[in-house]
Amino acid sequence: MEEMMTQPPAAPQAPTTVPGFGRALKTEEMVISMGPQHPSTHGVLRLELVVDGEVVVDVIPHIGYLHRCFEKHCEHMTNYQQVIPYADRMDYVAAMSNEFGFVVAAEKLLKIKVPERVEYIRVIMAEFSRIVSHLIAIGTYGMDIGAFTPFLYCMRDRERVLDIFEETCGARLLYNYMWIGGLSHDVQANFAGKVKDFCRYFRPQIKELNDLLSYNKIFIKRTANVGVLPADVALNYGVSGPVLRGSGVQWDLRKNDPYSVYDRLDFEIPVGKGLKGTVGDCWDRYMVRVHEMEQSVNIIEQAVEKLPAGDVAAAIPKRIRPEAGDVYVRTETPKGELGYYIVSDGTASPFRIKVKSPCFVNLSALPAMSRGAMIADIVAILGSIDIVLGEVDR
Amino acid sequence: MTAQNISDMLRARFGDAVTGGKLEGVPDPWIAIAPARAREICAVLRDDPSTACDVLMCLSGVDYGGGKLGVVYHLDSTTQRHRIVLKAEMTAADPHVASVESVWKTANWHEREAYDMYGIVFDGHPDLRRILMPDDWEGFPLRKDYRVPEFYNGMKVPY
Repeated sequence: MEEMMTQPPAAPQAPTTVPGFGRALKTEEMVISMGPQHPSTHGVLRLELVVDGEVVVDVIPHIGYLHRCFEKHCEHMTNYQQVIPYADRMDYVAAMSNEFGFVVAAEKLLKIKVPERVEYIRVIMAEFSRIVSHLIAIGTYGMDIGAFTPFLYCMRDRERVLDIFEETCGARLLYNYMWIGGLSHDVQANFAGKVKDFCRYFRPQIKELNDLLSYNKIFIKRTANVGVLPADVALNYGVSGPVLRGSGVQWDLRKNDPYSVYDRLDFEIPVGKGLKGTVGDCWDRYMVRVHEMEQSVNIIEQAVEKLPAGDVAAAIPKRIRPEAGDVYVRTETPKGELGYYIVSDGTASPFRIKVKSPCFVNLSALPAMSRGAMIADIVAILGSIDIVLGEVDR
Repeated sequence: MTAQNISDMLRARFGDAVTGGKLEGVPDPWIAIAPARAREICAVLRDDPSTACDVLMCLSGVDYGGGKLGVVYHLDSTTQRHRIVLKAEMTAADPHVASVESVWKTANWHEREAYDMYGIVFDGHPDLRRILMPDDWEGFPLRKDYRVPEFYNGMKVPY
Protein backbone atom coordinates (compact mmCIF):
# COMPACT_ATOMS: atom_id res chain seq x y z
CA MET A 1 0.00 0.00 0.00
CA GLU A 2 2.75 2.38 0.95
CA GLU A 3 4.67 1.54 -2.19
CA MET A 4 1.70 2.41 -4.28
CA MET A 5 1.25 5.72 -2.57
CA THR A 6 4.85 6.75 -3.21
CA GLN A 7 4.66 5.94 -6.88
CA PRO A 8 4.29 9.10 -8.96
CA PRO A 9 0.93 9.41 -10.62
CA ALA A 10 0.84 8.30 -14.25
CA ALA A 11 1.55 11.14 -16.62
CA PRO A 12 -1.71 12.35 -18.12
CA GLN A 13 -2.11 11.61 -21.81
CA ALA A 14 -1.55 14.50 -24.15
CA PRO A 15 -4.93 16.11 -24.91
CA THR A 16 -6.24 15.64 -28.43
CA THR A 17 -5.53 18.79 -30.38
CA VAL A 18 -8.44 20.32 -32.23
CA PRO A 19 -7.06 22.22 -35.23
CA GLY A 20 -9.80 23.36 -37.55
CA PHE A 21 -12.79 22.44 -35.41
CA GLY A 22 -13.46 18.76 -35.22
CA ARG A 23 -11.19 17.58 -38.03
CA ALA A 24 -8.85 15.74 -35.66
CA LEU A 25 -11.76 14.06 -33.89
CA LYS A 26 -12.53 11.86 -36.84
CA THR A 27 -15.50 9.64 -36.22
CA GLU A 28 -17.26 7.01 -38.24
CA GLU A 29 -19.05 8.54 -41.24
CA MET A 30 -22.81 8.64 -41.11
CA VAL A 31 -25.39 9.07 -43.87
CA ILE A 32 -28.32 11.41 -43.21
CA SER A 33 -31.25 11.90 -45.56
CA MET A 34 -32.37 15.50 -45.82
CA GLY A 35 -35.72 15.51 -47.59
CA PRO A 36 -37.67 14.74 -49.74
CA GLN A 37 -40.01 16.34 -47.20
CA HIS A 38 -37.89 18.99 -45.54
CA PRO A 39 -38.81 22.67 -45.22
CA SER A 40 -35.44 23.96 -46.38
CA THR A 41 -35.24 21.94 -49.60
CA HIS A 42 -37.79 24.30 -51.24
CA GLY A 43 -39.76 21.40 -52.66
CA VAL A 44 -39.32 17.69 -53.01
CA LEU A 45 -35.58 17.18 -53.15
CA ARG A 46 -33.60 14.58 -51.23
CA LEU A 47 -30.04 15.30 -50.22
CA GLU A 48 -27.99 12.34 -49.06
CA LEU A 49 -25.51 13.87 -46.62
CA VAL A 50 -22.39 11.92 -45.71
CA VAL A 51 -21.30 13.46 -42.42
CA ASP A 52 -18.34 13.08 -40.13
CA GLY A 53 -19.75 14.43 -36.89
CA GLU A 54 -21.05 17.87 -37.80
CA VAL A 55 -18.88 18.24 -40.90
CA VAL A 56 -20.35 17.37 -44.28
CA VAL A 57 -18.00 15.12 -46.26
CA ASP A 58 -20.20 14.76 -49.32
CA VAL A 59 -23.66 15.65 -50.62
CA ILE A 60 -25.47 13.51 -53.17
CA PRO A 61 -28.64 15.18 -54.50
CA HIS A 62 -31.46 12.84 -55.57
CA ILE A 63 -33.91 14.56 -57.89
CA GLY A 64 -36.84 13.53 -60.05
CA TYR A 65 -39.68 13.60 -57.49
CA LEU A 66 -41.46 16.23 -59.58
CA HIS A 67 -40.60 14.72 -62.94
CA ARG A 68 -43.52 14.76 -65.39
CA CYS A 69 -41.54 14.54 -68.63
CA PHE A 70 -42.26 17.96 -70.06
CA GLU A 71 -40.16 17.03 -73.08
CA LYS A 72 -42.32 13.99 -73.88
CA HIS A 73 -45.49 16.05 -73.54
CA CYS A 74 -44.12 18.56 -76.05
CA GLU A 75 -43.60 15.87 -78.67
CA HIS A 76 -47.27 14.91 -78.35
CA MET A 77 -48.59 18.44 -78.87
CA THR A 78 -50.38 19.08 -82.13
CA ASN A 79 -49.14 22.65 -82.23
CA TYR A 80 -46.14 24.62 -80.96
CA GLN A 81 -48.50 27.05 -79.26
CA GLN A 82 -49.73 24.31 -76.93
CA VAL A 83 -46.27 24.00 -75.37
CA ILE A 84 -46.51 27.41 -73.68
CA PRO A 85 -48.80 26.44 -70.76
CA TYR A 86 -46.42 23.56 -70.03
CA ALA A 87 -43.42 25.88 -70.16
CA ASP A 88 -45.22 28.05 -67.57
CA ARG A 89 -45.20 25.17 -65.15
CA MET A 90 -41.45 24.62 -65.09
CA ASP A 91 -40.24 27.55 -63.02
CA TYR A 92 -43.68 28.34 -61.68
CA VAL A 93 -42.59 31.42 -59.70
CA ALA A 94 -41.27 33.10 -62.86
CA ALA A 95 -43.57 31.75 -65.55
CA MET A 96 -43.26 34.82 -67.78
CA SER A 97 -39.54 34.21 -68.19
CA ASN A 98 -40.09 30.60 -69.26
CA GLU A 99 -42.59 31.68 -71.91
CA PHE A 100 -40.26 34.40 -73.10
CA GLY A 101 -37.47 31.90 -73.79
CA PHE A 102 -39.75 29.56 -75.65
CA VAL A 103 -41.37 32.17 -77.87
CA VAL A 104 -37.99 33.68 -78.76
CA ALA A 105 -36.76 30.22 -79.76
CA ALA A 106 -39.87 29.39 -81.76
CA GLU A 107 -39.79 32.76 -83.53
CA LYS A 108 -36.17 32.22 -84.48
CA LEU A 109 -37.09 28.84 -85.94
CA LEU A 110 -40.05 30.36 -87.81
CA LYS A 111 -38.12 33.51 -88.80
CA ILE A 112 -40.85 35.80 -87.42
CA LYS A 113 -40.19 39.41 -86.54
CA VAL A 114 -42.51 40.62 -83.83
CA PRO A 115 -43.74 44.23 -83.45
CA GLU A 116 -41.77 46.61 -81.22
CA ARG A 117 -44.65 47.01 -78.82
CA VAL A 118 -44.67 43.27 -78.19
CA GLU A 119 -40.93 43.25 -77.49
CA TYR A 120 -41.17 46.06 -74.95
CA ILE A 121 -44.17 44.56 -73.15
CA ARG A 122 -42.35 41.23 -73.00
CA VAL A 123 -39.29 42.85 -71.50
CA ILE A 124 -41.41 44.62 -68.88
CA MET A 125 -43.15 41.35 -67.98
CA ALA A 126 -39.88 39.41 -67.87
CA GLU A 127 -38.31 41.98 -65.55
CA PHE A 128 -41.38 41.98 -63.32
CA SER A 129 -41.07 38.25 -63.19
CA ARG A 130 -37.40 38.64 -62.18
CA ILE A 131 -38.45 40.90 -59.31
CA VAL A 132 -41.11 38.40 -58.20
CA SER A 133 -38.73 35.47 -58.38
CA HIS A 134 -35.97 37.30 -56.50
CA LEU A 135 -38.44 38.46 -53.84
CA ILE A 136 -39.37 34.84 -53.19
CA ALA A 137 -35.70 33.80 -53.25
CA ILE A 138 -34.76 36.51 -50.77
CA GLY A 139 -37.77 36.01 -48.51
CA THR A 140 -37.44 32.26 -48.25
CA TYR A 141 -33.69 32.56 -47.86
CA GLY A 142 -34.19 34.78 -44.82
CA MET A 143 -36.61 32.19 -43.48
CA ASP A 144 -34.08 29.39 -44.03
CA ILE A 145 -31.57 31.32 -41.96
CA GLY A 146 -34.11 32.15 -39.26
CA ALA A 147 -35.53 35.56 -40.17
CA PHE A 148 -39.28 35.28 -40.63
CA THR A 149 -40.31 38.93 -41.04
CA PRO A 150 -38.55 39.74 -44.36
CA PHE A 151 -40.52 36.91 -45.97
CA LEU A 152 -43.79 38.71 -45.21
CA TYR A 153 -42.43 42.01 -46.54
CA CYS A 154 -41.34 40.27 -49.76
CA MET A 155 -44.70 38.56 -50.21
CA ARG A 156 -46.51 41.88 -49.69
CA ASP A 157 -44.50 43.52 -52.48
CA ARG A 158 -44.86 40.46 -54.72
CA GLU A 159 -48.65 40.82 -54.50
CA ARG A 160 -48.44 44.24 -56.14
CA VAL A 161 -46.67 42.77 -59.16
CA LEU A 162 -49.11 39.88 -59.34
CA ASP A 163 -51.94 42.43 -59.40
CA ILE A 164 -50.40 43.97 -62.52
CA PHE A 165 -50.09 40.52 -64.11
CA GLU A 166 -53.66 39.68 -63.21
CA GLU A 167 -54.98 42.87 -64.71
CA THR A 168 -53.02 42.23 -67.91
CA CYS A 169 -53.80 38.60 -68.60
CA GLY A 170 -56.20 37.35 -65.97
CA ALA A 171 -53.83 35.00 -64.18
CA ARG A 172 -51.63 35.53 -61.16
CA LEU A 173 -49.17 32.67 -61.45
CA LEU A 174 -49.35 30.77 -64.75
CA TYR A 175 -50.09 33.17 -67.54
CA ASN A 176 -49.99 31.73 -71.07
CA TYR A 177 -49.50 35.38 -72.02
CA MET A 178 -46.66 35.42 -74.53
CA TRP A 179 -47.67 33.70 -77.72
CA ILE A 180 -45.54 32.84 -80.70
CA GLY A 181 -45.47 36.08 -82.70
CA GLY A 182 -47.23 38.24 -80.14
CA LEU A 183 -49.21 38.40 -76.92
CA SER A 184 -52.57 37.02 -75.87
CA HIS A 185 -53.85 40.47 -74.84
CA ASP A 186 -52.65 44.01 -75.09
CA VAL A 187 -52.05 45.79 -71.78
CA GLN A 188 -54.79 47.78 -70.07
CA ALA A 189 -55.18 51.49 -70.72
CA ASN A 190 -53.83 52.48 -67.28
CA PHE A 191 -50.87 50.08 -67.50
CA ALA A 192 -48.08 52.68 -67.75
CA GLY A 193 -49.37 54.56 -64.72
CA LYS A 194 -49.60 51.42 -62.60
CA VAL A 195 -46.11 50.36 -63.58
CA LYS A 196 -44.66 53.75 -62.70
CA ASP A 197 -46.54 53.71 -59.39
CA PHE A 198 -45.03 50.36 -58.58
CA CYS A 199 -41.49 51.51 -59.41
CA ARG A 200 -41.91 54.57 -57.24
CA TYR A 201 -43.23 52.40 -54.39
CA PHE A 202 -40.69 49.58 -54.73
CA ARG A 203 -37.35 51.43 -54.67
CA PRO A 204 -37.57 52.42 -50.98
CA GLN A 205 -38.70 48.87 -50.15
CA ILE A 206 -35.36 47.51 -51.38
CA LYS A 207 -33.59 49.83 -48.96
CA GLU A 208 -35.86 48.67 -46.16
CA LEU A 209 -35.10 45.05 -47.05
CA ASN A 210 -31.38 45.81 -46.93
CA ASP A 211 -31.70 47.35 -43.47
CA LEU A 212 -33.79 44.47 -42.26
CA LEU A 213 -31.89 41.52 -43.71
CA SER A 214 -28.94 42.13 -46.05
CA TYR A 215 -26.77 44.01 -43.57
CA ASN A 216 -28.09 42.26 -40.49
CA LYS A 217 -25.15 41.03 -38.42
CA ILE A 218 -26.58 37.58 -37.75
CA PHE A 219 -27.50 37.12 -41.41
CA ILE A 220 -23.98 38.06 -42.50
CA LYS A 221 -22.48 35.64 -39.96
CA ARG A 222 -24.56 32.83 -41.38
CA THR A 223 -23.85 33.55 -45.05
CA ALA A 224 -20.46 35.24 -45.50
CA ASN A 225 -17.56 32.85 -46.20
CA VAL A 226 -20.05 29.97 -46.44
CA GLY A 227 -20.35 27.80 -49.55
CA VAL A 228 -17.68 29.54 -51.59
CA LEU A 229 -17.78 28.74 -55.32
CA PRO A 230 -14.65 29.95 -57.17
CA ALA A 231 -15.18 31.40 -60.65
CA ASP A 232 -13.29 28.68 -62.58
CA VAL A 233 -15.24 25.90 -60.85
CA ALA A 234 -18.48 27.79 -61.53
CA LEU A 235 -17.74 27.99 -65.26
CA ASN A 236 -16.72 24.34 -65.48
CA TYR A 237 -20.00 23.33 -63.85
CA GLY A 238 -21.80 25.62 -66.29
CA VAL A 239 -23.73 27.42 -63.55
CA SER A 240 -25.45 30.63 -64.60
CA GLY A 241 -27.47 33.54 -63.32
CA PRO A 242 -26.91 34.99 -59.85
CA VAL A 243 -24.88 31.91 -58.84
CA LEU A 244 -22.31 32.60 -61.57
CA ARG A 245 -22.34 36.35 -61.06
CA GLY A 246 -22.01 35.85 -57.31
CA SER A 247 -18.66 34.21 -58.08
CA GLY A 248 -17.54 37.47 -59.68
CA VAL A 249 -18.06 36.53 -63.34
CA GLN A 250 -19.69 39.37 -65.26
CA TRP A 251 -21.88 37.26 -67.52
CA ASP A 252 -25.46 38.10 -68.30
CA LEU A 253 -27.12 37.04 -71.55
CA ARG A 254 -29.09 40.28 -71.66
CA LYS A 255 -25.73 41.99 -72.28
CA ASN A 256 -23.47 39.22 -73.58
CA ASP A 257 -25.86 37.59 -76.05
CA PRO A 258 -28.67 40.16 -76.33
CA TYR A 259 -32.14 39.12 -77.43
CA SER A 260 -35.35 41.10 -77.81
CA VAL A 261 -34.71 44.82 -77.12
CA TYR A 262 -32.28 44.51 -74.21
CA ASP A 263 -29.50 46.09 -76.28
CA ARG A 264 -31.53 49.32 -76.37
CA LEU A 265 -31.91 49.57 -72.61
CA ASP A 266 -29.39 50.87 -70.15
CA PHE A 267 -28.64 48.74 -67.09
CA GLU A 268 -25.75 47.27 -65.14
CA ILE A 269 -24.78 43.72 -64.26
CA PRO A 270 -24.12 43.36 -60.54
CA VAL A 271 -21.46 40.82 -59.54
CA GLY A 272 -20.24 39.42 -56.25
CA LYS A 273 -17.29 41.33 -54.82
CA GLY A 274 -16.74 39.54 -51.52
CA LEU A 275 -17.72 42.62 -49.51
CA LYS A 276 -18.52 40.64 -46.35
CA GLY A 277 -16.29 37.63 -46.90
CA THR A 278 -14.92 35.76 -49.90
CA VAL A 279 -16.00 36.27 -53.52
CA GLY A 280 -18.54 33.59 -54.40
CA ASP A 281 -19.95 32.98 -50.93
CA CYS A 282 -23.64 32.77 -50.03
CA TRP A 283 -23.88 36.45 -49.14
CA ASP A 284 -22.55 37.46 -52.57
CA ARG A 285 -25.08 35.28 -54.36
CA TYR A 286 -27.82 36.73 -52.20
CA MET A 287 -26.71 40.32 -52.73
CA VAL A 288 -26.53 39.95 -56.51
CA ARG A 289 -30.28 39.26 -56.42
CA VAL A 290 -30.97 42.39 -54.39
CA HIS A 291 -28.99 44.55 -56.84
CA GLU A 292 -30.64 42.85 -59.80
CA MET A 293 -34.04 43.92 -58.51
CA GLU A 294 -32.84 47.55 -58.56
CA GLN A 295 -31.63 47.09 -62.14
CA SER A 296 -34.93 45.48 -63.14
CA VAL A 297 -36.80 48.54 -61.85
CA ASN A 298 -34.50 50.70 -64.01
CA ILE A 299 -35.21 48.55 -67.07
CA ILE A 300 -38.96 48.61 -66.49
CA GLU A 301 -38.99 52.40 -66.15
CA GLN A 302 -37.08 52.85 -69.42
CA ALA A 303 -39.17 50.29 -71.28
CA VAL A 304 -42.48 51.80 -70.21
CA GLU A 305 -41.26 55.25 -71.32
CA LYS A 306 -40.31 53.90 -74.75
CA LEU A 307 -43.39 51.69 -75.16
CA PRO A 308 -44.50 52.30 -78.78
CA ALA A 309 -48.01 51.93 -80.14
CA GLY A 310 -48.94 48.95 -82.27
CA ASP A 311 -50.99 45.80 -82.62
CA VAL A 312 -49.76 43.00 -80.37
CA ALA A 313 -51.47 40.31 -82.45
CA ALA A 314 -50.25 41.51 -85.86
CA ALA A 315 -47.46 38.94 -86.26
CA ILE A 316 -49.18 35.90 -84.74
CA PRO A 317 -49.01 33.24 -87.46
CA LYS A 318 -52.20 31.43 -88.44
CA ARG A 319 -50.33 28.24 -89.10
CA ILE A 320 -47.18 27.26 -87.25
CA ARG A 321 -45.17 24.83 -89.29
CA PRO A 322 -41.42 25.53 -89.13
CA GLU A 323 -39.03 24.13 -91.71
CA ALA A 324 -37.01 21.08 -90.76
CA GLY A 325 -34.03 22.13 -88.70
CA ASP A 326 -32.94 22.86 -85.18
CA VAL A 327 -32.23 25.88 -83.06
CA TYR A 328 -30.83 26.52 -79.59
CA VAL A 329 -31.90 29.76 -77.93
CA ARG A 330 -30.94 30.84 -74.45
CA THR A 331 -32.39 33.64 -72.39
CA GLU A 332 -31.57 35.05 -68.99
CA THR A 333 -34.28 34.04 -66.54
CA PRO A 334 -34.14 35.00 -62.85
CA LYS A 335 -32.46 31.65 -62.12
CA GLY A 336 -29.94 31.81 -64.95
CA GLU A 337 -29.53 30.63 -68.53
CA LEU A 338 -32.68 28.90 -69.74
CA GLY A 339 -32.05 27.21 -73.06
CA TYR A 340 -34.52 25.64 -75.48
CA TYR A 341 -33.17 23.22 -78.06
CA ILE A 342 -35.96 22.73 -80.58
CA VAL A 343 -35.75 20.20 -83.40
CA SER A 344 -38.38 20.48 -86.10
CA ASP A 345 -39.09 17.85 -88.74
CA GLY A 346 -41.26 20.18 -90.79
CA THR A 347 -44.58 19.12 -89.25
CA ALA A 348 -46.85 21.08 -86.92
CA SER A 349 -45.73 19.24 -83.77
CA PRO A 350 -42.27 19.65 -82.30
CA PHE A 351 -39.99 16.68 -83.04
CA ARG A 352 -37.87 17.24 -79.95
CA ILE A 353 -37.69 19.97 -77.32
CA LYS A 354 -34.88 19.84 -74.82
CA VAL A 355 -34.81 22.31 -71.96
CA LYS A 356 -31.53 23.32 -70.44
CA SER A 357 -32.76 24.28 -67.02
CA PRO A 358 -30.62 26.70 -65.01
CA CYS A 359 -31.78 25.21 -61.68
CA PHE A 360 -30.79 21.71 -62.82
CA VAL A 361 -27.27 22.85 -63.63
CA ASN A 362 -26.89 25.09 -60.59
CA LEU A 363 -28.02 22.29 -58.28
CA SER A 364 -25.42 19.96 -59.78
CA ALA A 365 -22.75 22.30 -58.36
CA LEU A 366 -24.13 21.90 -54.81
CA PRO A 367 -21.65 19.15 -53.82
CA ALA A 368 -18.72 21.34 -54.95
CA MET A 369 -19.92 24.16 -52.66
CA SER A 370 -20.82 22.00 -49.69
CA ARG A 371 -17.87 19.73 -48.97
CA GLY A 372 -16.35 20.61 -45.61
CA ALA A 373 -19.30 22.74 -44.49
CA MET A 374 -21.42 22.20 -41.37
CA ILE A 375 -24.83 20.53 -41.65
CA ALA A 376 -26.60 23.80 -40.80
CA ASP A 377 -24.66 25.53 -43.58
CA ILE A 378 -26.13 23.14 -46.16
CA VAL A 379 -29.47 24.88 -45.60
CA ALA A 380 -27.80 28.25 -46.22
CA ILE A 381 -25.96 27.02 -49.32
CA LEU A 382 -29.01 25.36 -50.87
CA GLY A 383 -31.11 28.46 -50.27
CA SER A 384 -28.48 30.67 -51.90
CA ILE A 385 -28.67 28.65 -55.14
CA ASP A 386 -32.42 29.37 -55.35
CA ILE A 387 -33.82 26.29 -57.03
CA VAL A 388 -37.36 25.57 -58.12
CA LEU A 389 -37.89 21.84 -58.30
CA GLY A 390 -40.49 22.20 -61.03
CA GLU A 391 -37.69 23.32 -63.30
CA VAL A 392 -35.02 20.93 -62.00
CA ASP A 393 -37.20 17.89 -62.68
CA ARG A 394 -39.34 19.27 -65.53
CA MET B 1 -13.43 31.99 -84.90
CA THR B 2 -16.11 31.16 -87.43
CA ALA B 3 -17.68 27.74 -87.58
CA GLN B 4 -15.71 27.09 -90.78
CA ASN B 5 -12.39 27.80 -89.02
CA ILE B 6 -13.28 25.50 -86.14
CA SER B 7 -14.32 22.76 -88.53
CA ASP B 8 -11.06 23.10 -90.51
CA MET B 9 -9.03 23.02 -87.31
CA LEU B 10 -10.78 19.86 -86.13
CA ARG B 11 -10.39 18.19 -89.53
CA ALA B 12 -6.66 18.94 -89.51
CA ARG B 13 -6.22 17.46 -86.04
CA PHE B 14 -8.67 14.58 -86.04
CA GLY B 15 -9.02 13.64 -89.71
CA ASP B 16 -11.92 11.29 -90.29
CA ALA B 17 -13.31 11.72 -86.75
CA VAL B 18 -15.01 14.78 -88.25
CA THR B 19 -17.70 13.19 -90.36
CA GLY B 20 -19.53 16.15 -91.83
CA GLY B 21 -21.75 18.98 -90.70
CA LYS B 22 -23.64 22.01 -91.90
CA LEU B 23 -21.90 25.33 -91.50
CA GLU B 24 -24.05 27.69 -93.53
CA GLY B 25 -27.71 28.46 -93.99
CA VAL B 26 -28.74 27.22 -90.53
CA PRO B 27 -29.31 29.21 -87.32
CA ASP B 28 -26.67 27.23 -85.44
CA PRO B 29 -23.80 25.81 -87.56
CA TRP B 30 -22.93 22.26 -86.57
CA ILE B 31 -20.13 19.75 -87.00
CA ALA B 32 -20.72 15.99 -87.02
CA ILE B 33 -18.19 13.96 -85.05
CA ALA B 34 -17.49 10.29 -84.37
CA PRO B 35 -19.03 9.37 -80.99
CA ALA B 36 -15.97 7.46 -79.80
CA ARG B 37 -13.76 10.57 -80.20
CA ALA B 38 -16.12 13.05 -78.49
CA ARG B 39 -14.00 13.41 -75.35
CA GLU B 40 -10.73 14.13 -77.21
CA ILE B 41 -12.38 16.61 -79.56
CA CYS B 42 -14.10 18.45 -76.71
CA ALA B 43 -10.90 18.57 -74.65
CA VAL B 44 -9.10 20.24 -77.57
CA LEU B 45 -11.96 22.71 -78.11
CA ARG B 46 -11.80 23.66 -74.43
CA ASP B 47 -8.00 23.85 -74.08
CA ASP B 48 -6.92 25.34 -77.42
CA PRO B 49 -6.60 29.11 -76.82
CA SER B 50 -8.09 29.92 -80.24
CA THR B 51 -11.36 28.09 -79.49
CA ALA B 52 -11.46 28.27 -75.63
CA CYS B 53 -14.92 26.74 -75.33
CA ASP B 54 -15.11 26.98 -71.55
CA VAL B 55 -18.85 26.42 -71.22
CA LEU B 56 -21.01 23.49 -72.26
CA MET B 57 -24.38 25.22 -72.62
CA CYS B 58 -26.43 22.14 -73.25
CA LEU B 59 -26.06 18.44 -73.94
CA SER B 60 -29.14 16.83 -75.47
CA GLY B 61 -29.99 13.29 -76.42
CA VAL B 62 -32.13 12.96 -79.54
CA ASP B 63 -33.96 10.02 -81.10
CA TYR B 64 -34.04 10.61 -84.85
CA GLY B 65 -36.29 7.60 -85.40
CA GLY B 66 -35.46 4.47 -87.37
CA GLY B 67 -32.99 3.26 -84.73
CA LYS B 68 -30.78 6.34 -84.91
CA LEU B 69 -29.82 8.17 -81.73
CA GLY B 70 -27.75 11.27 -81.32
CA VAL B 71 -26.06 13.49 -78.78
CA VAL B 72 -25.91 17.23 -79.45
CA TYR B 73 -23.35 19.43 -77.69
CA HIS B 74 -23.83 23.20 -77.60
CA LEU B 75 -20.54 24.86 -76.75
CA ASP B 76 -19.87 28.47 -75.93
CA SER B 77 -16.75 30.50 -75.31
CA THR B 78 -17.08 33.35 -72.81
CA THR B 79 -13.71 34.79 -73.87
CA GLN B 80 -13.75 34.30 -77.67
CA ARG B 81 -17.50 34.99 -78.01
CA HIS B 82 -18.29 32.22 -80.44
CA ARG B 83 -20.60 29.23 -80.33
CA ILE B 84 -20.39 25.87 -82.00
CA VAL B 85 -22.60 22.79 -82.08
CA LEU B 86 -21.28 19.23 -82.23
CA LYS B 87 -23.46 16.28 -83.16
CA ALA B 88 -22.54 12.65 -82.58
CA GLU B 89 -24.79 10.04 -84.11
CA MET B 90 -25.07 6.38 -83.11
CA THR B 91 -27.39 3.44 -83.56
CA ALA B 92 -29.88 2.25 -80.95
CA ALA B 93 -28.24 -1.19 -81.20
CA ASP B 94 -24.86 0.20 -80.13
CA PRO B 95 -25.61 3.42 -78.24
CA HIS B 96 -22.10 4.22 -77.03
CA VAL B 97 -20.42 7.62 -76.92
CA ALA B 98 -17.38 8.88 -75.03
CA SER B 99 -18.25 10.86 -71.90
CA VAL B 100 -17.17 14.50 -71.72
CA GLU B 101 -17.69 14.66 -67.95
CA SER B 102 -13.94 15.05 -67.43
CA VAL B 103 -13.97 18.12 -69.71
CA TRP B 104 -17.00 19.96 -68.32
CA LYS B 105 -18.70 19.00 -65.05
CA THR B 106 -21.97 20.25 -66.60
CA ALA B 107 -21.98 17.03 -68.57
CA ASN B 108 -22.25 14.89 -65.45
CA TRP B 109 -25.96 15.39 -64.90
CA HIS B 110 -26.80 16.03 -68.55
CA GLU B 111 -25.26 12.72 -69.60
CA ARG B 112 -27.11 10.96 -66.82
CA GLU B 113 -30.32 12.52 -68.14
CA ALA B 114 -29.58 11.41 -71.72
CA TYR B 115 -28.86 7.92 -70.41
CA ASP B 116 -32.08 7.96 -68.39
CA MET B 117 -34.26 9.14 -71.26
CA TYR B 118 -32.61 7.50 -74.29
CA GLY B 119 -30.41 4.69 -72.96
CA ILE B 120 -27.32 6.29 -74.47
CA VAL B 121 -24.25 4.88 -72.69
CA PHE B 122 -21.52 7.40 -71.96
CA ASP B 123 -18.23 5.48 -71.72
CA GLY B 124 -16.01 6.87 -69.00
CA HIS B 125 -18.77 8.55 -66.98
CA PRO B 126 -17.99 8.09 -63.26
CA ASP B 127 -21.56 7.68 -62.04
CA LEU B 128 -23.86 6.69 -64.90
CA ARG B 129 -27.25 5.93 -63.35
CA ARG B 130 -30.80 7.15 -63.78
CA ILE B 131 -31.41 10.69 -62.58
CA LEU B 132 -35.06 11.65 -63.14
CA MET B 133 -36.83 8.28 -63.37
CA PRO B 134 -36.86 5.75 -60.49
CA ASP B 135 -33.86 3.39 -60.45
CA ASP B 136 -36.02 0.36 -61.26
CA TRP B 137 -37.85 1.91 -64.22
CA GLU B 138 -37.82 -0.16 -67.38
CA GLY B 139 -37.29 1.35 -70.79
CA PHE B 140 -36.22 4.80 -71.95
CA PRO B 141 -39.16 7.22 -72.03
CA LEU B 142 -38.05 9.67 -74.71
CA ARG B 143 -37.33 7.06 -77.35
CA LYS B 144 -39.79 7.33 -80.21
CA ASP B 145 -40.76 3.63 -79.92
CA TYR B 146 -41.40 3.82 -76.14
CA ARG B 147 -44.65 2.38 -74.83
CA VAL B 148 -45.87 3.39 -71.38
CA PRO B 149 -45.85 0.22 -69.25
CA GLU B 150 -49.20 -0.95 -67.90
CA PHE B 151 -47.83 -1.73 -64.48
CA TYR B 152 -45.04 -0.32 -62.32
CA ASN B 153 -44.08 -2.56 -59.39
CA GLY B 154 -47.51 -4.18 -59.49
CA MET B 155 -49.34 -0.81 -59.50
CA LYS B 156 -51.50 0.10 -62.47
CA VAL B 157 -50.14 3.14 -64.30
CA PRO B 158 -53.12 5.46 -64.92
CA TYR B 159 -52.77 6.68 -68.48
